[in-house]
Amino acid sequence: MYKLYTAILKELRIMLRDKAALAVMFLMPVLLVVVITSIQNSSLKMINDNTVPMLVCNRDGGESSLQFIDALKKIGMFDLQKADSSITDKQLTDSMHAKDALIAVVVPQGFSSALKSKSQNITGKALTEFGMAVNTPQDSSSVKETPPVSMFYNPVLQESFRLSVNGALKSAQQFTENRAVLQALYQAMSNKKLPDSLEQQILNNKSSIDQIPTAKDGSRKIPNATQHNVPAWTIFAMFFIVVSLSTNVVKEKISGSFIRLKTLPTSFILNLAAKQITYIVVTLAQVLVIFSLGIFLFPHIALPKLVLPENLGSLFLVSLACGWCAVSYGVLIGVYAKSMEQAIGFGAVSVVILAAIGGIVVPSFAMPESLHLLMKISPLHWCMEAYNTLFLENGYVKNVLISLLPIFVIIVAMQLAAILGLKKQRLI
Amino acid sequence: MESAAIQIQNLNFQYAENSGVVFKDFNLHIAAGERFGLLGPNGAGKTTLMNLMTGVLQAKSGSIKLLGKEISEDKDVKKLFGFAPQHHSFYQELSPTENLEFFGAWAGLNKKKIKERTKELLEVLGLSHVADKPVSKFSGGMKNRVNLAIGVVHRPQILFLDEPTTGVDVQTRHAIVDYLKELNKAGTTLIYTSHHLTEAESLCTKVALIDEGKIIAQNDLQTLLEEHKQDGLEGLFLNLTGRSYRDS
Repeated sequence: MYKLYTAILKELRIMLRDKAALAVMFLMPVLLVVVITSIQNSSLKMINDNTVPMLVCNRDGGESSLQFIDALKKIGMFDLQKADSSITDKQLTDSMHAKDALIAVVVPQGFSSALKSKSQNITGKALTEFGMAVNTPQDSSSVKETPPVSMFYNPVLQESFRLSVNGALKSAQQFTENRAVLQALYQAMSNKKLPDSLEQQILNNKSSIDQIPTAKDGSRKIPNATQHNVPAWTIFAMFFIVVSLSTNVVKEKISGSFIRLKTLPTSFILNLAAKQITYIVVTLAQVLVIFSLGIFLFPHIALPKLVLPENLGSLFLVSLACGWCAVSYGVLIGVYAKSMEQAIGFGAVSVVILAAIGGIVVPSFAMPESLHLLMKISPLHWCMEAYNTLFLENGYVKNVLISLLPIFVIIVAMQLAAILGLKKQRLI
Repeated sequence: MESAAIQIQNLNFQYAENSGVVFKDFNLHIAAGERFGLLGPNGAGKTTLMNLMTGVLQAKSGSIKLLGKEISEDKDVKKLFGFAPQHHSFYQELSPTENLEFFGAWAGLNKKKIKERTKELLEVLGLSHVADKPVSKFSGGMKNRVNLAIGVVHRPQILFLDEPTTGVDVQTRHAIVDYLKELNKAGTTLIYTSHHLTEAESLCTKVALIDEGKIIAQNDLQTLLEEHKQDGLEGLFLNLTGRSYRDS
C-alpha cells in the first residue's frame, strides 16, 4: 500500500509541476465550455426569443397582400422592414446585406386578384354543392393560379431555421387564403360584409399546442445550451487528458527511470495503477470545476444556470466511469506510442474525432445515418448518453446502466489491450 | 571457491532473431566482496551484460545467479542488488528527497527507513543543500550523485554501476569513487563498467576485459599487468583490444 501511495504522490507532484499540462487539463475546457455555451445560447436566443429581421417587398399592394403581411407580423418571429415595391430582385438582395436582414419576402404582382378569384371559385363550388348557387361557378381552368411568394435567404441560415421560416410563411399564406374564402362565402350567402368580430372569432379559434419536455422522473425541466454543453465539454476535457497521460507513460517508458523500475522488486503494473488512480482523480476534479462553473459563474454571465440531476450518486458513478474510460484510453495510447510526438499527435486528433462522431459537438440525433454505427464505437458517445439521461431526463442508476455497460466493456477492452502491449514489449 | 556474488553459466543472448549474437555460451564468476571492473571498447557488450545481470533484459538461455538466486525466476533477488544505470534514471521533475522516497519505497523500505537513509545519503554525497530542489536544475555531477544515491538507498549487497562518473568533474569523480570504496568496505560487491581506465585502476580489485561478447582476460589487476608486461591498465587495454576504431 505504501508503494502505491508513493507512486500516486510521485504522479501528483509531476503533474502539479507541469503548468502547461494543468492548463490543458483545466483552463482549456473551462474556456471551451464558456465560449461554446455562450455561442449556442445566443443562437438559441436568436431563434427562440428574438425577432429575425425580414425585408418585405409588396409588389401587389392589394388587400390580400396587406392581410398576408399582417398575418406574418402577427406570427411574432420577424421584424418586418418594408422594401420599395419597385426594386428589382437584385436590389432587394443588396438591401438584405445593407440592412443585415437574413430573409426577404416578395409578394408578387397579382397576388390579391388571384387569391380573390380563387376564393370566389371555391365559394361558388361550395354554394353549388349546397344548392344555393346564384351564379354558375367559374370553370376551374379560368381561375388564376396564385403566383408564388418568393423567399430570399442568406446562405448562412441553418436549414432547420429556414424550414421553420418557410412553415411560418405557409401558415400566413393559409391564414390569408382562409380569410378570403370566408369573406367571399359570407358575402355570397348574406350579401353583407363579414363582421370583424365574427371573422376574428372564426379565424383565431385555434386549439393550442402545449410543448412538454419528457423526463424519466416525470418532472418537466426545459433543456437549454448549458444542460447539453457543460456535460458535453466536461467529457471532452476528461478525454483530452489522454494527451498528458499518454506522454507521461511514454516519457517514463523511454527515460532511464523505467530501466530502474524494472530492476526493483515491484511490478510496473502498480505504477500504471497509480497513474490511473491519479488521473481519475483529475477527471473528477475537472467535473467539479466545470460543473461549479455552470452552477455559480454562468448566471453571472447571462447564461442559463446548470441544474444538477437530483440523483447525485448516479452523477458520481457516471463521472467515475467516464473518467476511468478516458484514463484507460490514455494508458492504451501511452503503451503503444513509441515517442511523445506520436502520443500527443494521435491522442489529440483521435479525441477530437471521437468527440465529433460521439455527439459532443453535434447532438447524436442530428448525425447522419451513415455515422450512427461509427458513433457507437466512440466511448464519448456512451458517456454523453449517460450524462444526457441524468441531465436532460433526470434518470436514475437503472436508466444510465444501458450506457454504463458499453463504457465498462470499452474500459475492459482497453485495459486488456494495454496489458497485452506491455507484455509484448516485455515491460511487465 | 569463494562464495559467488554473480555466477553466469552458458549465457546466450541476442536482441532479435535476425540480429547478431551478443553472448554465446558466456560464463563469468564474480566473488562476493569484490570491486569488479567490466572493461571493454564500445559495443563490447558491457551494458548489455549489466542489463542481463539486473533483469532489465532476458537471456535466451543460460543461468544468471545473484548470491545463489536465479535472476529470471526469483523475484526476491531484486531486493539484493542496486543499480546506477549509465543514463540518469530518476524523475527530473522531483527533488532528490522525493526521488529517494519513491524509489526507496519501491525497493521495499518503509517510511522511517527511507527518511533515515535519505538524510544519510544526501549528507554523504553532498546534496543536503539541494535536497528539496527539482533535479532538472542540477549539474551533471549532482545528477550522477542522485543516480548513485537511489541505487544504494536500500543498502544492496551487490551494486551495479554503469559508467557512474561519465561527464562529471574531478572533484565529483573522486567523491563518488571514495564513497564506492566505503560501500565496498561495508560489504557491498561492486560491479563496475567505465571507459575511464585510471578510475578503474584506482577502484577495482579485479577486472575482466570483454570484447565482442567474450572475456579476453580476467584476473586481479596486478596479475594481469604482470602477465601482459604492462605498467598500466590503458596499455593492457590497447594491447588486448587493439587500436582500431570500435564504432557500434
